[in-house]
Amino acid sequence: MTPRPLPDSVEAVIALLGEGEYVADRSLATALFLSLRLNRPLFLEGEAGVGKTEVAKVLARTLRRRLIRLQCYEGLDLASAAYEWNYPRQMLEIRIAEAAHEVDRSRIEHDLFSERFLVKRPLLQALEPDPAGPPVLLIDELDRTDEPFEAYLLEVLSDFQVTVPEIGPVTAAAPPLVIITSNRTREIHDALKRRCFYAWIDYPDAARELAILRVRVPGAAERLSREVVAFVQKLRAHDLFKLPGVTETIDWTQALLALDRTSLDPETVEATLGVLLKYQDDIARVRGAEAQAILREVQGAAAP
Amino acid sequence: MTGAGGQLAPNVVHFARALRAAGLPVGTGRVKDALDAVGEVGLEREDFYWALHATLVSRAEHRPVFDEAFRLFWRSPGAPAAPAPSGSPEAARPAERDRAAVTRRVAEALAGLRPPPASARGRIEIDALLAWSDREALRNRDFEQMTAEELREAERSISALRLPVRDVPTRRLAPDPRGDRIDPRATLRAAMRAGSAAIPLRFRSAARRPPAVVLLCDVSGSMSRYARILLRFAHALARDRPHVHAFAFGTRLTPVTRWLRHRDPDQALAAIGRAVKDWDGGTRIGACLREFNLAWSRRLLAQGAVVLLVTDGLDRDDARGLAAETARLRRSCRRLVWLNPLLRWAGFEPRAAGIRAMLPNVDEFRPVHDLESLAQLARAIGGGERGGM
Repeated sequence: MTPRPLPDSVEAVIALLGEGEYVADRSLATALFLSLRLNRPLFLEGEAGVGKTEVAKVLARTLRRRLIRLQCYEGLDLASAAYEWNYPRQMLEIRIAEAAHEVDRSRIEHDLFSERFLVKRPLLQALEPDPAGPPVLLIDELDRTDEPFEAYLLEVLSDFQVTVPEIGPVTAAAPPLVIITSNRTREIHDALKRRCFYAWIDYPDAARELAILRVRVPGAAERLSREVVAFVQKLRAHDLFKLPGVTETIDWTQALLALDRTSLDPETVEATLGVLLKYQDDIARVRGAEAQAILREVQGAAAP
Repeated sequence: MTGAGGQLAPNVVHFARALRAAGLPVGTGRVKDALDAVGEVGLEREDFYWALHATLVSRAEHRPVFDEAFRLFWRSPGAPAAPAPSGSPEAARPAERDRAAVTRRVAEALAGLRPPPASARGRIEIDALLAWSDREALRNRDFEQMTAEELREAERSISALRLPVRDVPTRRLAPDPRGDRIDPRATLRAAMRAGSAAIPLRFRSAARRPPAVVLLCDVSGSMSRYARILLRFAHALARDRPHVHAFAFGTRLTPVTRWLRHRDPDQALAAIGRAVKDWDGGTRIGACLREFNLAWSRRLLAQGAVVLLVTDGLDRDDARGLAAETARLRRSCRRLVWLNPLLRWAGFEPRAAGIRAMLPNVDEFRPVHDLESLAQLARAIGGGERGGM
């Protein structure tokens, strides 16, 4: 596999993502193009289920690069994000040194903290040279971790290096393509955002959502896809606790396809509402009269 | 910058300065990024917009300001126009009504640009000015009227009060000689120093941090006296720990967190008094909690926040939807504490519909009517697990 050259225009980015079955809008493509071109991390924000993580996956696939994913969670620390020492092996090494009557402390120490005993985690892996070209580093849901970790990322994102105190700084020969996502459950510090280019991924408009469905659920009948998109678009105008994202639209269409439906009908909508809405309050609010009203509206408008 | 014409670079710099004046944190580094980015994408209208967007915006709430500024700034003939507005979900939600305020804020920033630069101080003044003119249309209220001498005295003592909020454990580990988990890294270092047959174990345990606190404060007529005190309390909390957020509500919800950042409590309260337009009016607790649940809870409560709900529970809306919204709020936070000043009367009985709707859905019910109860409250924040009082 030879590495593919990076896209050289916004159109090329749209085409590249299109190859990976990702229908990108102009704002995202421009931001992504700039971040590839100027070697800066891309910071993606948006509601859950609009396809933030997918960008990185598709990018890695279409560029034929390795995807290194760092899933963030509360309490994420250096040992799981950057590196850790292989303690059992180090302990063993001490024993061996003792058995061999090695007395030179500094030499033991030097041996113990060498790369041989280093366990590399995603951030350090992303800095290693790769024959297929620099990997895509996905730092997913950064908002789930805490401020100390964010602060640590500053060094990684601005200089593309990780400092291991016992060894020294490890710098990437070629910087990885970094994509950071956030669901905005809290604001990320400006110091980190300043090092990135920013893009907000919105819910798609009807035309783009339909295009996405055509690519992602090609088996669905045209009428079904149209009705699903119209239904979801109308639903997003409602006052719900969690609006359905594109992921939910795709899931719902697949569910309807599995049920052999070629268009929406009241019973099916009732029965499958749980695929679309994930909160009991929201389902209770929409189920029944509300859903039927939307459905009538959708089918009234769709009828020729 | 190549082929971009002599005027473009100064214009982009000027535009960045306008954004800064409108309150966006646009540093010199970003301006340089913006120039580089424009050099890459050229002047095609839509790409130009998104290139500036990618480099000059870093927060979702700045997007409407950017959009407006772009529209106003680049509207001269031949200049690129903004693409069709793509409002964020918030923009479509309650924030929609702030649109007018955004326009005015941007327009003033552009107008005030000559002579540049607009300092941070100027920015605050513009905001305060806007809040003032917005307010006048609504109820005209003198903040000072309700300030009795005793009240002032009490406020002063709150500012002087030490408020030790109990820390909560995080999932991160820190060295601790009495910890319950082995710290391999420290153990290994110790082993090397000791160098003998025995390996001395080192331990660690969960690190602790103060919990995030969200204060939802009822500022309706029946509560105004306590509201002022409680906001003062929030200010004192925010003074020495991060992650304190406050909202005032009467008939609608107003975020007041940014004014807590004023160092001086009197200034902070005065700013809040100007910003909150439904001071001393009625209460629609259910509607306000719903707004909080929809627009804010995911952003503020994800990290295990403690919510302090300050209200007497006297709802003008006949407690419509109140039970459900309180329950939803409780499910999204670490702990929901209801502070009710009415509780000080020994004979207090939950008779009003609002109180009965909320009472089963909170984790704890506490009085707040004197300094002692506030001091106790500070100690109680963070303590107690769900289920146990």
